[in-house]
Amino acid sequence: MPKLAISVDDLTKKYATGLAVFHAKFEVPVGTICGFVGPNGAGKTTTIRMLLGLISPTGGNGQILGESISSPEKYLSSVGAMIEGPAFYPALSGAENLRVLATLGGFPQERVDQLLKQVGLADRGKSKYKTYSLGMKQRLGIAAALLPNPKLLILDEPTNGLDPEGIQEIRQLLRELADKGTTVFVSSHLLSELEIISEYLVMLRKGEVVFAGPIQELFDQQQPFMIVKTASEQDLQKIITIAQAAGHKAHLRDGAAHIEGPAEWAGTLNKLAFESGILLTQLSPQLPNLEETFFEMTGEQK
Amino acid sequence: MIISLLRIFFAEWRKLRRPTLLLGTLGAVAFFSVLVSSVLFLMIDSPQGNGDRGMRITREMLALPGGATESFSSIGNLLGIIALCVFAAQTAQEYSLGTLRNLLVRQPGRIRILVGKLASMKVFAMIMTLVSAVLSIGISYALAGRQNVNTELWFNGDGRLDIAQTLLNVFISILGFGIIGMVLGIVLRSPISSISLGVLWLLIIENIVGALRSSTLKWLPGNQLGTIATGGSQSVSYSHALTLSAIYVSVALIIATVLFTKRDVSN
Repeated sequence: MPKLAISVDDLTKKYATGLAVFHAKFEVPVGTICGFVGPNGAGKTTTIRMLLGLISPTGGNGQILGESISSPEKYLSSVGAMIEGPAFYPALSGAENLRVLATLGGFPQERVDQLLKQVGLADRGKSKYKTYSLGMKQRLGIAAALLPNPKLLILDEPTNGLDPEGIQEIRQLLRELADKGTTVFVSSHLLSELEIISEYLVMLRKGEVVFAGPIQELFDQQQPFMIVKTASEQDLQKIITIAQAAGHKAHLRDGAAHIEGPAEWAGTLNKLAFESGILLTQLSPQLPNLEETFFEMTGEQK
Repeated sequence: MIISLLRIFFAEWRKLRRPTLLLGTLGAVAFFSVLVSSVLFLMIDSPQGNGDRGMRITREMLALPGGATESFSSIGNLLGIIALCVFAAQTAQEYSLGTLRNLLVRQPGRIRILVGKLASMKVFAMIMTLVSAVLSIGISYALAGRQNVNTELWFNGDGRLDIAQTLLNVFISILGFGIIGMVLGIVLRSPISSISLGVLWLLIIENIVGALRSSTLKWLPGNQLGTIATGGSQSVSYSHALTLSAIYVSVALIIATVLFTKRDVSN
């Protein structure tokens, strides 16, 4: 049994229009939930396509469950995937769509009913796919990914179109799968969700891996900060100048000053503001979170 | 290898057997089979002719051992176009719906996918052929008595041999049209584009080119496949049509296989 579910080294994909993935290197240990994040166009889907053998890398190599990605037939029977959203035949029912894939992969047909029940589609399994809502389509996509009882589950935006209850159910499902030893590699724009469920994180920016490792390691690298609001807008710039003069990084975002520094420094800042005649209406110390860290590391604007 | 091919075959068959597609296609096959057979016998005395392009097919000609399959063989082109549309749509939709990536994740052997899909569509073409044969021959037999056409020779040894030969020829023809549709589907990756181009070529371009220069009829792919169904024509021999069609279909299949196996699946 390999220790790594995914391992890529120097993985590169070049298109005529430019580089989509540039010397990517990361590892995902077996049995973990790994978040895969990056802004739109960062190369997430291209990377996933390469991992699944749908496109050929221009350079580098990778291994899935100990097998080279140049031989996808050796590992795909143990991999479940939903990429670029669910894609099914509109004229077939949800159950029939799953049966097509179960037949193709040689999986028992009984799995179809079990999975429909598991993703909450038991009562709509006989309805045509084209009548499904976006959330139901997403659930069917997840059911299809679970067909092989996978050792590695690769999901691209699995919570798209789901209501909060649905998101919670999917989160719980992924947790249960990971507890049973399934490795989950999940890309999502819902960073707060990923923060809750992920133990590992791979972050891409413009085709390059900017972080890969345990999520706590990422937070440890980040500074705590505080969000400061003032009674008048002009004072915001003043408080930023005060913080910077005191040796703290500070910038304006979303109508508030974001000032790096430990929670204990909040009192000092409050005093400095008072002495300068600035009235603070909010002073909230924050621990690093994935969303802040993501914007920090990818240079994206909120 | 065989097991995975069978899996692909049955997975594809699940899609092909859906009532809207299967019954819709067989409905079209039945319509054309009944129409052509009825015209052949009911317009037997018409001065406008009762065959293809105003040709007259007399009672004496229909009383020959090949009389039972006269309408069935002449319907080959129409059945071929139906097959082209079905094969093209079934192949191209995998790209347009994005379902090809699901198939390839479950079965990464791309050549196997192609072979399994083709095998399944072959069975579909066989069903089309059989339904058309039964209806065409049945209607012909029913109308022959009414129109005083002698059917004594239709089901003797020669007649049965002719039925078997025509069945095979029409099947080869339909399959050829279907494979061209499948290739168009792979090349163009859009059901509408592949069906439009295929139908435009077969129904419009080939007819115009053939009418302007009759010598081209020996080389036009659609005409070769149609000629196979009729067992040869005045302008093109059966063996020529068969050989040339085999070359066209083989070249098309090679192009499709290379594209299907080498092209990135990125939609």
